[in-house]
Amino acid sequence: MIIVQDFEYFKPESIEEAVGLLSKYGDGGRVLAGGTDLVSLLADGAVQAEALVDIKGISALGDIAFENGVLTIGSLATFSDLIASDVVKSEFPLTWEMPLTVASVGIRNRATPVGNICSAVPCCDTGPILLVYDAEVLVTGPGGDRSVPIADWFVGPRQTVRGPGELVTGVRVTKPGKKHGGCFVKLRRYKGEDLAQASVSVLALEGNEYRISFGSVAPKPIRGTRIEALLNGYDLTDKLLKKAVDLVDGEISPITDIRATAEYRSHMCKVMLKRGLRAAVDRMNGGGPAYGTEVI
Amino acid sequence: MADLVAVSITVNGKLYEKAVEPRLLLSDFLRHELRLTGTHVGCEHGVCGACTILLDGKAVRSCLIFTIQATGQEILTIEGLADLVEGPAWHPLQEAFRETHGLQCGFCTPGFLMTLIPFLEENPDPTEEEIREALSGNLCRCTGYQNIVKAVRMAATALKEGAK
Ligand code: FES
Ligand code: FES
Repeated sequence: MIIVQDFEYFKPESIEEAVGLLSKYGDGGRVLAGGTDLVSLLADGAVQAEALVDIKGISALGDIAFENGVLTIGSLATFSDLIASDVVKSEFPLTWEMPLTVASVGIRNRATPVGNICSAVPCCDTGPILLVYDAEVLVTGPGGDRSVPIADWFVGPRQTVRGPGELVTGVRVTKPGKKHGGCFVKLRRYKGEDLAQASVSVLALEGNEYRISFGSVAPKPIRGTRIEALLNGYDLTDKLLKKAVDLVDGEISPITDIRATAEYRSHMCKVMLKRGLRAAVDRMNGGGPAYGTEVI
Repeated sequence: MADLVAVSITVNGKLYEKAVEPRLLLSDFLRHELRLTGTHVGCEHGVCGACTILLDGKAVRSCLIFTIQATGQEILTIEGLADLVEGPAWHPLQEAFRETHGLQCGFCTPGFLMTLIPFLEENPDPTEEEIREALSGNLCRCTGYQNIVKAVRMAATALKEGAK
């Protein structure tokens, strides 16, 4: 199919050059990495572009690095790269478990986690994971470098705080200082090429600390702060789980769309929260289902 | 019109040097410019997997890639598959699909085969669940998948024996 709109193509070799191009073209400049989202949007005419800035020629954007307890996922790293990374698997198991559920191999070989948080669709899987790790988004722009806490990154559907001319160079994830376990629970119609109907991410840390986030059930990925406040400091008992579940509807605001009804999303979030919490705690203690085993 | 961009792409071992528009999809480049129509397009939205090719050895969807992004890289399409084995024989995957009736209309088949090449290289002895997982991004409207899974098993065995 011929794409109706016409645009220029640039492949800068440095971050500065890319930022220069993005500043010059403003809203008409689009960053191209894997392209799995952008190409469809351009084909549909949902996005208009004057210039594509292909960042794959920028070697400084790197892939995946781990140093002093900090993981940097560069803008060019793909979901397949996350799965293939031993350090991601051993040190950031939730970041390893998530991409296993993203689309299919053919997409994962191209699509990037950084692209995922830049396109910022409410059903993205990378956002919720990064939220429970309190990750930072690394941005370079005309005004220099800045890092944005992931909690401040998303504004709404397909909207982030990325400013004009800014390029996301990667995300930084710090390994939690305590023993921990996680669980990424994703509801979809079938295992394969599908987006999340809802997702729940749980990180349980030693000393009864819990971090919880939801995807696809609000205009943007969100933390379940009230549930965390209820749970923090306590062992996970059946009674406490029931109380946690009662708080779910106060945290999320699901809609009915082609993939699921609001009622179904709400109901399933409760089931997923329970199972996710249990699995995360069990994994922290060396048991539970192996990472990558789906609990729903 | 945006300026044409020079690309040099190796497809099935042959180097092509062309000037293309930035908006030209790789699937269209293969089908319309090179007339390699074995790469099929179904959804053109990255969903069905029919357009799967190997780009530098990795299975990717050619409908989600601009031709210019592939410059300097190597592509394998279904037309080049049989050349991976010596002599007049088909590739064991092609043979297995024929043998087990793993295709009916055949529209999805090139995408399935291309997805399976790297999969069987990385995973020469897959379980049924692994096979189904690997193929979860390829849609087939005809077969009900049973015979496709059978074909993969048969091909895996053949490939292992061939490697001995
Ligand atoms: S045509 Fe490319 S995935 Fe369907
Ligand atoms: S054989 Fe017809 S779509 Fe698969």
